[in-house]
Amino acid sequence: MGRFLLSRLLSAIPTVVIVTLMVFVLMRAIPGDPAALMLGDLAEPEQVAAMRAKMGHDQPLPMQYLLWIGDVLRGDFGHSIVNQEPILPLILTRFSVSATIVFAAVILAALVAVPAGMIAAWRQNRASDVAIVTAATLSLSIPSFWLGLMLLLVFGLWLNWLPIVGFVPVTREFWAGTVYLIMPVATLVLVESGSIARMARASTIEVARLDYITHARAKGLSERQVMWRHAFRNAFAPTWTLIGLILGSLLANIAVIETVFTIPGLGRLLIDSIYARDYPVVQGCLLFIALIYVAVNLLVDCVYPLLDPRVTA
Amino acid sequence: MNVQAKPWFGGVRFNVVFGIAVVGFMFAVALVGPWFAPADPLAINIRARLATPGGDYLLGADEFGRDVLSRLIAGARTSVVIALVTVAIAVALGTIFGVLAGYRRGWTDRCLMIVNDSMLAFPGLLLALGIMAVFGASRDGIIIALGLAYAPVVVRVVRGTVLSLREQEFIEASRVIGNPEWLTMLRHVLPNCLAPLLVVATMMFGWVILSESALSFLGLGVPPPAPSWGNMLSTARPYINQAPQLIVFPGLCISITLLGVNMLGDAIRDWLDPKMERAA
Repeated sequence: MGRFLLSRLLSAIPTVVIVTLMVFVLMRAIPGDPAALMLGDLAEPEQVAAMRAKMGHDQPLPMQYLLWIGDVLRGDFGHSIVNQEPILPLILTRFSVSATIVFAAVILAALVAVPAGMIAAWRQNRASDVAIVTAATLSLSIPSFWLGLMLLLVFGLWLNWLPIVGFVPVTREFWAGTVYLIMPVATLVLVESGSIARMARASTIEVARLDYITHARAKGLSERQVMWRHAFRNAFAPTWTLIGLILGSLLANIAVIETVFTIPGLGRLLIDSIYARDYPVVQGCLLFIALIYVAVNLLVDCVYPLLDPRVTA
Repeated sequence: MNVQAKPWFGGVRFNVVFGIAVVGFMFAVALVGPWFAPADPLAINIRARLATPGGDYLLGADEFGRDVLSRLIAGARTSVVIALVTVAIAVALGTIFGVLAGYRRGWTDRCLMIVNDSMLAFPGLLLALGIMAVFGASRDGIIIALGLAYAPVVVRVVRGTVLSLREQEFIEASRVIGNPEWLTMLRHVLPNCLAPLLVVATMMFGWVILSESALSFLGLGVPPPAPSWGNMLSTARPYINQAPQLIVFPGLCISITLLGVNMLGDAIRDWLDPKMERAA
């Protein structure tokens, strides 16, 4: 167990290095001089040169990378060009908003989809199975941004049940904040349940075929006992991996849903900074989101042996 | 192995028919649709602004009075072209590096896989967003960005197949009779990679359509005025109250296309390789 964790942690190191390199190269590929961009059109050449020196851009590229990594490790993501705000606190505030939505959505989706998939597997080829599989395939095919717009149209504009614009953080006012989260969370639950349910169904079917399940049945256990005591743990492990992947990719793609519902989260910060050409913020957001994604995947892998009784590495 | 091969209520057959019909229709529209389109997708007519469906405008007109049906047809062409070229790039890159890593093994394999896994560790849409942020929104930009983002998936699949193939007797036989390595790869290894490649390419076709429309929806994909389903949704959003139909139609197009592609993908996978993982 310990060795497995250690080797998994070590294997994450080159990944993290390459991810930071990719962000760095991407940001240095921007046409034009960032220092000149920050100072505007009216800056004197001396001012630009001074700015370049201050930003460390007069150093060779590998040195620039190391300087940047050094700053990042000290928690200094730099300052926004637009309003001089320090970037890391800004990212963390916005991230709390995005994370609330994503965690709520993933937990609810798992609670709905895992049982649905297992029921479908247990009732394979019967009406309830066909219904669940059809619903899952449908949910897999509807883009989140369109479903979100349709919910906005129906529940916001036509039925007038939910507010269509605005946002209050749940940490400030719980109930008012929750109201604004209903539609984004519901959208993500509906869209992501499909793949989770299909995975839960497929792995349950795979497990149900194995001899030890037949043995459990032969012992005279009820179907319910067979399903929950014997099949569930083995069937859940691959689904857990998928849920982790979905958690990571939702965090990475959160910009889409935040755009639909005008939510001031991390994704919206990234998109707005791209439009405003606020490259230090873009760089910070890309790095932060990519690292969160790596961390989530690492965490999922580390928890896997706890869930799957067959893996005891 | 596959004990319960019973199709559910002939559902498998429905998958295939529906998938082929939708994808076939989509390709037909992309290919010849623009000749039959009722209007120029870029022609502006301020008098017809936000016109409701019916009359001269079968599916209505958008905020500039452009014909929605014609724009949807042009959008189909945009989506198909982008998806085909992107998948081709990802498959080409992925096959080259996948075969290289799987066949050479050793340090080549280890180095390639470290880079590959790191690229996989960078979320696809985020990488595309970053590339679009740097180079600006353009059609070629999307193709390059998504092609690079999805190639590592192909590398994984091809490498896995090659690794399992290279120990088999017919490959050894080819080596023993003195064929050079490249000929063995071309004649014996690659043809056996085609089945898994076809499965991945079909699924990827759907991912690219979804990612491209998401990027365009964010304003970082196909730049206006060229129509794409994603940017049509994005420009229609402010008019959601006055002209909800502008939101309904492009979204329906994306959803039905994805449904068809997904069903076709499932069918191809079940047909070629019943043991392949049922990934999302």
